[in-house]
Amino acid sequence: METKNIMIVGVGGQGTLLTSRILGGVMENAGYQVKVSEVHGMAQRGGSVVTFVRYGDNVAEPIVEEGQADVLIAFEKLEAMRYANFLKKDGVLIVNDWRIDPISVVMGAAKYPENIIENLEKEYKVYRIDAMDEALRLGNSRVFNNVVLGLAARHMDFTREEWLKVIEEKVPPKTVEINTKAFLVGYEK
Amino acid sequence: MSEKKMMLGNAAIARGVWEAGAKVSSAYPGTPSTEISEELVKYPGVYAEWAPNEKVAAEVAIGASISGVRSFCTMKMVGLNVAADPLYSFSYIGCNGGLVAVVADDPGLYSSQNEQDTRMVCRAAAIPCMEPADSQEAKDYIKYAYEISEKFDTPVIVRTTTRLAHSQCEVELCEREEIPDKPYERDIQKHVMMPGMAKKRHVVVEQRMKDLAEYANTAPFNKVEMGDMTLDGKKVGFITEGIAYQYVKEVCPNASILKLGMCHPLPKKLIEDFASKVDVLYIFEELEPVVEEQVKSWGISCIGKEIFTIQGEYSANMIREKVLGMDLGIKAAPQIPPRPPILCPGCPHRATFSVLSKLKIHAAGDIGCYTLGALAPLSVVDTTVCMGSSISSLHGMEKAKGHDYIKNWVAVIGDSTFMHTGINSLINMFYNQSHGTVIILDNRTTGMTGHQDHPATGKTLSGEIVPAVDFTKLCNGIGITNVHEVNPFDLDALTKVIKEEVNKDELSVIIAKAPCALLKDQKHPYKVEPVPEKCVHCGACLRPGCPALTKREDGSIAIDKTMCNGCGLCMSLCKFGALQQVKA
Repeated sequence: METKNIMIVGVGGQGTLLTSRILGGVMENAGYQVKVSEVHGMAQRGGSVVTFVRYGDNVAEPIVEEGQADVLIAFEKLEAMRYANFLKKDGVLIVNDWRIDPISVVMGAAKYPENIIENLEKEYKVYRIDAMDEALRLGNSRVFNNVVLGLAARHMDFTREEWLKVIEEKVPPKTVEINTKAFLVGYEK
Repeated sequence: MSEKKMMLGNAAIARGVWEAGAKVSSAYPGTPSTEISEELVKYPGVYAEWAPNEKVAAEVAIGASISGVRSFCTMKMVGLNVAADPLYSFSYIGCNGGLVAVVADDPGLYSSQNEQDTRMVCRAAAIPCMEPADSQEAKDYIKYAYEISEKFDTPVIVRTTTRLAHSQCEVELCEREEIPDKPYERDIQKHVMMPGMAKKRHVVVEQRMKDLAEYANTAPFNKVEMGDMTLDGKKVGFITEGIAYQYVKEVCPNASILKLGMCHPLPKKLIEDFASKVDVLYIFEELEPVVEEQVKSWGISCIGKEIFTIQGEYSANMIREKVLGMDLGIKAAPQIPPRPPILCPGCPHRATFSVLSKLKIHAAGDIGCYTLGALAPLSVVDTTVCMGSSISSLHGMEKAKGHDYIKNWVAVIGDSTFMHTGINSLINMFYNQSHGTVIILDNRTTGMTGHQDHPATGKTLSGEIVPAVDFTKLCNGIGITNVHEVNPFDLDALTKVIKEEVNKDELSVIIAKAPCALLKDQKHPYKVEPVPEKCVHCGACLRPGCPALTKREDGSIAIDKTMCNGCGLCMSLCKFGALQQVKA
C-alpha cells in the first residue's frame, strides 16, 4: 500500500498530541508501519503547531511535506489556511469552525482573514464542523478535538470499533465516556 | 514473539538506558531532550534525577561511572556547552562503568537560541559520537554506546535531533541486562587530571580514537546498502546519518547508501571503499559539513553543502529538488498573520511585564517562557543570550556605564534558570558591588520545557517531597539583605517595589512569585467577563496581550471562556469596572 499522510494542525495547547496518538494507535493496531512526528517545547505555548502521522507498508521519513497530505485535520480556521498547501490535489480538509486570534490580530496590527472556509472550499474538498459548540453541548469544551477526529475518521479506512478501542486506551480513564460521545458526534455527523 | 510498542525517540532512549543496565542518571531539562529523564524515572533499578544544570548532571554521571556502574546524563546541545568542562576532561580519564551522554540538537531551531552541531564538540573533545535514525535505533545505539564506552575506555555521546526525539515508531522491547558493579580502584594516573597525568592520557586518547576509527570500518552500525540507482547513467551514492537517512530512503530507496551509525570517528577505509563503487557521491548531513570536510580532506570527490544547506532541517523534498532536479510545483504558503508562541492566559510573567512596560524599564532577559516578553505588545525584554546571562549582563552594563545608566534596567530570570546558573551571577553582583535589580520570576516550575521540578520546588524527578531551596534565605546567605517577595498580580505592590529598588544604591532581588497557570494542581475557580455597558473602548485591558481577549469590530472586548484562566490582570488594568470576575 502507498503510504498515507495525515496532518493535524492547530494552536499550541489545543491537544494535537493526544489526537496524533489516537491516530497512531489505530493504524498500529491495523498492522501498518506508523511514524508520528510531534512538536514539543516553545511552540506549544500558543504558537502554530503541526503533527504528522504517516502509515503504510514501509514508511521512511516521519514528516509530511507540501502537496502530500491525504487528510489535513485543522483545529482552527487560520491554521487550516496556513497549511492547506500541504494537501494533495484530492486531499480532504477537516476544519473546526473555530477562531483563535493570533497576537497581531488581538493587538489590531493585523486582520483575521474573512471567509476562510468558504475560500478553502473553492480549492479543496472541505468538511467543516463547529466542534466547540458540540463539545460544550456535551458539557466539556476540552473534548472538541475528539469531535473533529470523529468527522475525520469518516474519511479514513478504519472501522468505528477500531477507533473507539484506541480512544478508550489513550484518554484518561475518567473521561472515556465523554470522549467516546464526542467522537461519535463527529463520526455520525 | 517479543513485545513491540510505539515510542517517541526520547522514550526509546530511556528504554535503552534501562535495558543496558545503567543505574544512575542525571539531567537538566531542555527541549528536545526532556522526556528522556521523565520516562527513565519510571523504570525500576535506575536512579534518575534533575540536576540544577548540565555541568552538575555530567559530573554526577562521571562520579557514578568512576565508582563502577553504568551511568547516564542527557541535555540539549546548548547544555552541552555548560557540561563541556567536565566532559572534555573525562574524555582523558575514560570510564570505569560505561558512561553515555545523549545530546539533542535542534536543526530548524524549534526551541533553541542557536543551531550548533554537537558533532563538532565530539571531534574537539575526542569523544565518539553515534547518531540513530529512528526510535528503534535510538534504543539499540544506547546499548552499543555502553559497549563501546567500556571496551574503548571512553565516554560516548549519542546525538539526536528534534525530529528524532519527538517522532514515534514501533520499538521492539527487550529485558534489562543486569550488569554487575565493577570494583573501584584508586588510580591517580587515570583519575586525577594534573598536567603530568593529562599529558600521558592525551597520548592514550589519541590512540583510542585511532582504534575506534579502525573498529568503525567493520562495526555493525555503519551499514552499506548497495543499490542500482543511476542518474544520467552514473551510479549514485549517499553517505548519510541520523534522520537524514530517512529522507534519502523515502526518495531514493534504490540508491547506494553508506549509513553512518557513528559519525565520529569516521570509518575511513569503509568510506574510501564505498566511494570507489559509485560515480556520484552525495554527503547528506544536517547542519555542519562534519563528515563532508573530512571526506574531502582525504581527496575523495563528493557533493555536500554546495547544494544542501547548513541551516535548518532537511527533508525528502530537498533531495527531490536538489538531486533529482524535480520541479515540485509547491503552492506558495499564504500571506496570513503568523502565530508565534505567546505567554499563556493567566501567566504571572505577563503581570510582571505589564508593570515593567508601564514603567518603561528595560529587562536583560534569560532563557524560559519569559523570553517571550521580548515580543510585542509587552516588548520588555531587550536581550537574551543563554541560561543565567541576564544577571551577569546587567552587571556588565553597570560597570560599563555606571549605576545611573541601569536605573531603568532590571534583570529578569525564572526560578529554574536562577538555580541553573543565575546564582553564580548574583554572587558576582554581590561580590563586585553592583547596584542592580534582579527580578526572579518565580512560577514554581521549569515552564517552557513542560513543568519539571527543580531545587526550589521541593519535589524531585521521582516525585519525592524534599526540602526546597528558599530564595530569600539563599540571597540572605550570600549577604544580600535587600530581598522582596511580591505577588506579581498585585500590580500596585509590584510597581512600588520596582520603582524603589531600581533607584536604590544597593543590590536588590525581587521575587515575583505566583505559580504557572498550567501547573497541574492549579485551580482556576474564576473567569473574567466583560461588562459591555461600562466599557469605554480604551484598550487598556488588551495592552498585555492576553490571547483570551479580543477586540471586536465595534471596539468592544470579547473574552474566550475556554481560554481565560481568571487571573484578573485585565480586570486590574480596567479603570471603568468594565470587566468582572465570575465563578467559572
